[in-house]
Formats: sequence, C-alpha cells, structure tokens
Amino acid sequence: MQTLLQFTIDVLSLGGAYALMALGLVIVYGILKLVNFAYGELIMVAGYGLFLMNGSGLPWLVMAAVAVLLAVVTGVLTEYAAFRPVRAKSVTAVLITSFAFSTILQNAALLFISPRPRNVPLPDLFSQTVAFGGILIPARNLITIVASIGLLLLFAFLMKRTVLGIAMRAAATQFRMARMLGVPANLIISTAFAISGFFAGVVSLLWIGRIGSVTPGVGLEPLLVAFIATVIGGMRSLQGAVLGGFLLAFINTALNYLLTQDLLQFRDAFTFTLVILILLWRPEGLIRGPATGQRT
Amino acid sequence: MKPGNILTLVILLGLVALLVLVPQLVGSRVVERIATALAVSLVLVVGLQTFTGNSGILSFAHIGFMGIGAYASAVLTIPVQMRGMALPDLYGVLAGIQVTPTVGIVLGGAVAALVAAAVAYPLMRLSDAPAVITSFALLVVIYTVLQHWSAVTNGPRTLFGLPKATTLPLTAAIAAVVIVVALAFKESRTGLLLRASRDDERAAAALGAGIPALRWRAFILSALIAGIGGALWGHFVTSFSPKAFYLKETFVILGMLVIGGMNTVTGAVIGTFLIALLFEGLRALETALNASGAFADQVVGVTEIVLALAMMAVMFLRPGGLFAATEIGPLILRRFTRRAPP
Repeated sequence: MQTLLQFTIDVLSLGGAYALMALGLVIVYGILKLVNFAYGELIMVAGYGLFLMNGSGLPWLVMAAVAVLLAVVTGVLTEYAAFRPVRAKSVTAVLITSFAFSTILQNAALLFISPRPRNVPLPDLFSQTVAFGGILIPARNLITIVASIGLLLLFAFLMKRTVLGIAMRAAATQFRMARMLGVPANLIISTAFAISGFFAGVVSLLWIGRIGSVTPGVGLEPLLVAFIATVIGGMRSLQGAVLGGFLLAFINTALNYLLTQDLLQFRDAFTFTLVILILLWRPEGLIRGPATGQRT
Repeated sequence: MKPGNILTLVILLGLVALLVLVPQLVGSRVVERIATALAVSLVLVVGLQTFTGNSGILSFAHIGFMGIGAYASAVLTIPVQMRGMALPDLYGVLAGIQVTPTVGIVLGGAVAALVAAAVAYPLMRLSDAPAVITSFALLVVIYTVLQHWSAVTNGPRTLFGLPKATTLPLTAAIAAVVIVVALAFKESRTGLLLRASRDDERAAAALGAGIPALRWRAFILSALIAGIGGALWGHFVTSFSPKAFYLKETFVILGMLVIGGMNTVTGAVIGTFLIALLFEGLRALETALNASGAFADQVVGVTEIVLALAMMAVMFLRPGGLFAATEIGPLILRRFTRRAPP
C-alpha cells in the first residue's frame, strides 16, 4: 500500500512536470507545425536568470517571477530571430534555424557564464519533506503536482473559454481560414511563443528545483522529454501532450521500480525502445489532433 | 549516364584529388592532418546526404552510427596484448579476436548497418517532425548505450590503444568511393522513388512507392557509410570517449550538409569543404585569443556560434542551401548551352 502511494505520487509529480514541458512545445507545434529545438534553452535562460539574481536580496517569489518573465521574453525573441524569417519556407529550414538558435544560446552561456554548474537560489521549502500516510514525500514533489494541475486547469480554461484561446485553436486547425476571418496571424504566433516561454519558465523552476544547479546543457533532458511525450501523445493535440507526459512519467517511474541497479543506467534506452514500440502500433500518436495545418 | 552526371563526378572527384595533392605539395604535417579530418567529414556528410537528401528527413541518429562504427572497429583492432588494459571486462569471445584496421573499418560499417537495419524500420513509417524527433531519440539511445556498456566501450571514460591506420590517401579513396555510391544511389530506382516521396509523399504512395521500405534501404546505406566514417575517425584520433558522438558533432555535420544543400551530393561536398576550412580558421583564432590572455577565462564556443549564425543566414537567404536542387555538372552545362547561339 505504501509502495503504491509512493509510486502514485512519484508518477504524478514527474508526470506533471513532463506534461508542462510537452505542452510548451506542442502549443507552438500545433499552430505553426514547427518544432522548437530552442525550447530547452528557454528553460536554461530562466535557470541562469535565477543564478544571476542570487544574492540580490529580493524575495524568492519575485526572483522566480523575473526568471519566468525572462523565459517568456526569450521565447518571443526566438520567434522573431529564428522563425519569422523562414516561416513560409520548408519544415526542414525551420528545424535547422531553431537548432542553430539553440546552439547560439547554449554557447553564449558557455562563453559568457561558465561551462561548470552554477547554484541557483531556492527557498527552504524545496528541500523539506512531508510525512504522509507512513511515507516521506519531498515537498517539491507536492509543489510540482499542485502547480502542474493548477496550470493545466488554467490553460484548459484559457483555450476553451477566452477569445484568445478560441482564436488560437482556430489557427491550429485551419490557419488560412482563421486569418480570413480576422484572426491576426502574427499576434497569435507571438502569443503561442510567449505561452511556450511561460511553461518553460515554470518547468525551469520545478526542474532546477530538483537538481539545484544550472548548466548550459540543462535544457536537453526536458527538451527530450517534451519531444517524446508529444510524439507519443500525438503531435498536434494538446490533450495528447498531457497524456504523453503522464504516460512517459509512468513508464520511467515503473522502470525505476522494476529495473536492477545494473540495468537502471540503461533506463533511457528502455524508455525509448518502448516509445518506438508505441509508434509502431500508432504512428500518429495516441490522440489525433486536427488535420494538417499551414503556416502562412 | 548523362553528361551532366559525368561532369559532376569529375568535378567532385577532382576536389578530392586536390585534397590529397595539396598537402603533398605543401609538405606540412598540420595541413595533412587537416586534410585527413576533412576527408573523414566528407565521408560522414555525404553518407548523411544519402538518407536525408533523398528522403527529405533530417536524421540526427547519423552520429550515433558513426559512434557504433568507431567502437566496433576499436573492439576488433586494439592489439590483444593491450586489450586487457583498454577493455578489462571484454567478453571472452571478443577478447581473442584481432583483425587488421582495414578489415576493422569495413566491419565497423557493417555493424552500424546491421544495427540500423534492426532498429530503424518502425521509425521509417513516420514523416516530418515526428520522424526527426524520433531520430533524435535514437541518437540519445545510442549515446546512452555507448556511455554505459562498460564491457565493450570502457564506459564514459576514454578508450585508447587503437592502431593509427587512417592515412590521407586511404580516407580520400574511401571518400571518393562514397561520393560515387551516393551519386549512383541518387540516380538508382530506389533513389528516384525516394526523391519522389520527398517531393510529394501522397502522390508517390499513390503511384505505388512503398515509402517505409525505400527509406529503410537509404537509412541502412547511410548508416553503413557513417560506420565506416566513424571507424576511420577512430583510427585517426586513436583514442576517444562517447562524448565525441553527440550533439556537438551532430551540429557540425548537419551544418556542413545544410549550408551546402542537402538535396545534392555537390552540396554535401562543397559544404564540407567550406565549413571545415572556416572551422580551422576560427579554431586558430580561438587558440590565438586564449594564448594572448586577452580574456580572463578560456574562450569557448565562438566557433559554434559563428557556424550557427552561418546556418541561419543560409536558411534565410537560400533555404535549400548553396546547391539546392541541381548538381554542379548539369548546372554548368545549362549555363554553357544557354550561352550558345540557338
């Protein structure tokens, strides 16, 4: 029973973080049909934001807000620098510019800050544990669960009920038609990147809260998770991204419990093999989104 | 064979010949090393072109197969006396086998091709972004395995003791063969059908092209070449760790292909030459900056930033790369015939 409770909490907290990562990637993909390789670097930017404010004496929540804002600004900047000039061109061109932009940000961090890990300020709450039902739970796991569920609900409300959300969903389904009906394309795209940056910022707080430090390559793992979760869930579906995130967390956590220490170091290999099997069964992912989209 | 293709072949092979001749004339060790490294990159980039160029799907896994080739050749060619030190936990069956580096290089390619054949088929059903993303995942899988399979790869530590066997003439000869193979594959039935599927997947499928099987063949060929390239590289540097086969190297190889133009073999070759020479220049600059002590810390990453900016500039101005659709031979012939009076 205790193991089951522990397992559930592990899956929910990891899955919440994964779902947010995937959602940030898919919000851009759904509308623009482009994969943002620089997504991981948004997480890195927020992390370095926290690091640079270390010792500034500001309350932590203010620092966190500034860090998230930094990720939002970088997200929008990504759109202007890497996507707008090639938006109308091939999918490959967009992939490459985003990969190049990600390399620029990463190497800028290498060049101007340091290749070595830097500690970020975190509130004491992140290192405390809570006793519950006979098991010890790190408080940061509970924070992750609450934050991710809250954000998912807020996001669902935004997409379903507000004019902006409806316009964004319309643009994801039929971009050209949406434009003809008066949805401003550039505004929608910038908003998508801003939301993506917001998710990246929040993920950064939760993720770096687990690790405690930031390196130039910190964004790689979240990026990979987001990639795989969205591919499993279905690249064009927001629900799919959330489902994929939780499913991936379930697979990872289950492997953590099942595999012996020897095999555990190969966990990523096992996970990705499972992903390949899922794709063999359903190449389009678990949930199919709206039909093909255009970007102009 | 069309005259345009012959001309392409002559020009590209001429460039490779030049690569062998110039260091001979200059007679400098450093130039020869640069030329050999360039020839290895040539093998890798043209190998990537056979898959990515014809199918239109970016493959990030290519460098993973390079790693497989390098490690496979290493395990088979490190002298038996040294092997106990380099790979103490190697399995008994493998520990006793030793082959010459040339055989090792071929076997390295074969192992990479076999791995590709075994894992890639389901991935070939995917198109567009999901295909790219899963190839990225495949790279991570290969990297994870290389880094943790201590018995065969010495784990994340450096593997040493490979015999130095990669000479400039050998590498250049292999690069020349690879260029011929890539051009021949492009013009073959499989290549033609694959290119049709690249330009319009639905139309090609409607005409009866079995796209996953076509892509699968190209992928295996590309992995074979990558494995050979990796083994060549291994026998060139003689010691390496799994880190060498990850995102940094992927970025360089991809940059070469993309800037040159991934749809043509000419693009792959010209891109490799341009970027390799640009890189040498920048690296020299970085070393000079570090030696002068103008900055407090080591200057790292400038090379990558410049390459990234170059990639973005090419994508903005010429999204298909320098040679976007036509090989250099037909391009020259067309210019020539257009000038002639009607």
